[in-house]
Amino acid sequence: MNTKELIIERVKEKFSESIEEISDFRDDLCFTIKKDQIVNLGKFLKEEPDLQFIMCKDVTAIDWATRKKRFTTVYHIYSFKLNYTLRLKSNIDDDPPTIETVSAVWQSANWYERETWDMYGIKFINHPDLRRIYMPEGFEHHPLKKDFPVLGIPGSLPLPNKAD
Amino acid sequence: MDRIKQIYNDEKLLKKLQEDQNLTIEDVLENEMVINMGPQHPATHGVLRLVLRLDGETVVGIVPELGYLHRGYEKMAENMSYIEFIPHTDRLDYTGTMCNNVGYVLAVEKLAGIEAPKRAQYIRMIVAELSRIAAHMVAIGTYAMDVGAVTMVMWTFREREKINSIFDRIAGARFTTSYTRIGGVASDIDDQSIAEIVKFLSELEPALVEMDKLMLSNRIFIGRLEGIGILPKEDAIALGVTGPNLRASGVEYDVRRAKPYLFYNEIDFKIPTFSQGDCLARYFQRGDEVRESIKILRQCLDKIPNGEVIANSPKKVLPHKTEIYSKMEELIHDFMIINFGINPPVGDTFLSVENPKGELGFYIVSNGSGQPWKLKIHSPSFCNLQALSQLCKGAMVSDVIAIIGSLDPVMGEADK
Repeated sequence: MNTKELIIERVKEKFSESIEEISDFRDDLCFTIKKDQIVNLGKFLKEEPDLQFIMCKDVTAIDWATRKKRFTTVYHIYSFKLNYTLRLKSNIDDDPPTIETVSAVWQSANWYERETWDMYGIKFINHPDLRRIYMPEGFEHHPLKKDFPVLGIPGSLPLPNKAD
Repeated sequence: MDRIKQIYNDEKLLKKLQEDQNLTIEDVLENEMVINMGPQHPATHGVLRLVLRLDGETVVGIVPELGYLHRGYEKMAENMSYIEFIPHTDRLDYTGTMCNNVGYVLAVEKLAGIEAPKRAQYIRMIVAELSRIAAHMVAIGTYAMDVGAVTMVMWTFREREKINSIFDRIAGARFTTSYTRIGGVASDIDDQSIAEIVKFLSELEPALVEMDKLMLSNRIFIGRLEGIGILPKEDAIALGVTGPNLRASGVEYDVRRAKPYLFYNEIDFKIPTFSQGDCLARYFQRGDEVRESIKILRQCLDKIPNGEVIANSPKKVLPHKTEIYSKMEELIHDFMIINFGINPPVGDTFLSVENPKGELGFYIVSNGSGQPWKLKIHSPSFCNLQALSQLCKGAMVSDVIAIIGSLDPVMGEADK
């Protein structure tokens, strides 16, 4: 049994009802899971002795703009034991978008989720320190949303006063 | 001036200022102090801002503040074609530009299903390793300068200067190279460039020995680094630290070995690791990686095959300039690629490469059009900085400088 089959089998055993889609594009295995199960799946993948996805490489989101479930959060996790990078996805349909944080499972997700909040405005519930990371505190918009113009919104960032 | 006027006009504030004259040494020793460091600070490697909470000289807490160099590359990428984004990758980690170029085009090639010719892949390996040496030279030099050994930076920049001259010959630019293209590289390397690389390598090896002699006979240097900022293996993994910092903590993980891209599987090289995980280990780690890069370069120069340097795939890869001017078909393809872009299939891919700072990944989502729907840059400096607050807790103020230097963040990459 190769690595991919092993992962699919183990995840299917436990999460067969909450898995929405399994895709395998260009050799990248990806599970799409229901929003409320993402922390459970993360915990399972991390703690299962055969899998041990102990490192979270990246958390980000996709803004689909026109879809009914507008946002998708994307997680990339890595297992040293299997030497495999796995992708997890979760579609969000509520407005404003919220999802449970995975920073309790992977400590490194802390900053990645802060970045996602800053860029997409997705609230991570129970996150220990959900502040903006790149944009200044008090900035109203979330720049990577598709409805934010590339040139920015005039007046949204306070500029320093001109020297006399 | 406005601020001072404001204070003098504010009666409450003025009264408070006048009251607070009798400060005693006991007050100072009992109370914690909050101090701001950066963003314009020579030792923070760019525009990193830190807010430190100090008890005497010991750091109790530290909050890194990013975003002073945030240029919104991910937003810009969504509004330009795949080819247009190549020069922007130079501006991520500006000490190792070639590595970024290579990483980005590999990610796009994976998405679009293009394979570059073997010679192009070997050239990419050569320039990426040269770039890695240059980046580590900057890292070691500025690190040593931060902790007080100023000579080192002259020596390492001298070596880096030679690499810049080689890049000038290969790519036409010393610093912002933009050398790789989707499907290959911009131009072939000639015999003289290869001769220059061979000459450079023969000069670098004795120079490295000299550098080690200089640094390791310096008791202050060792004293300021040994046992400082220890990052245990488990914490390094949990905090998502990558690259040389992860390997200095004893995790043998290198993308070149774990998931070989280009032709790293044909090359024989070691992955140096250290178990101590302190600042000194991170210094040794970079030195050892330069030595491995020299080994890789020597093998690449031996093995490099002859042939094309850009793939022949008219719908996806730009044709050569001379053909555009003389052939109708090529002119049409060029027009289509420049104006509408290559249209990769609908889907998303993640590809990461081993950069001098760590693992650089590109997550690209395509909706079938010429521009990426989303392009996420997984930048190693950002990941490494996350470990900073844990490393600095309980350290001295002067250790903070050494720890930042040892993590070696580049803010162009961390802020994107």
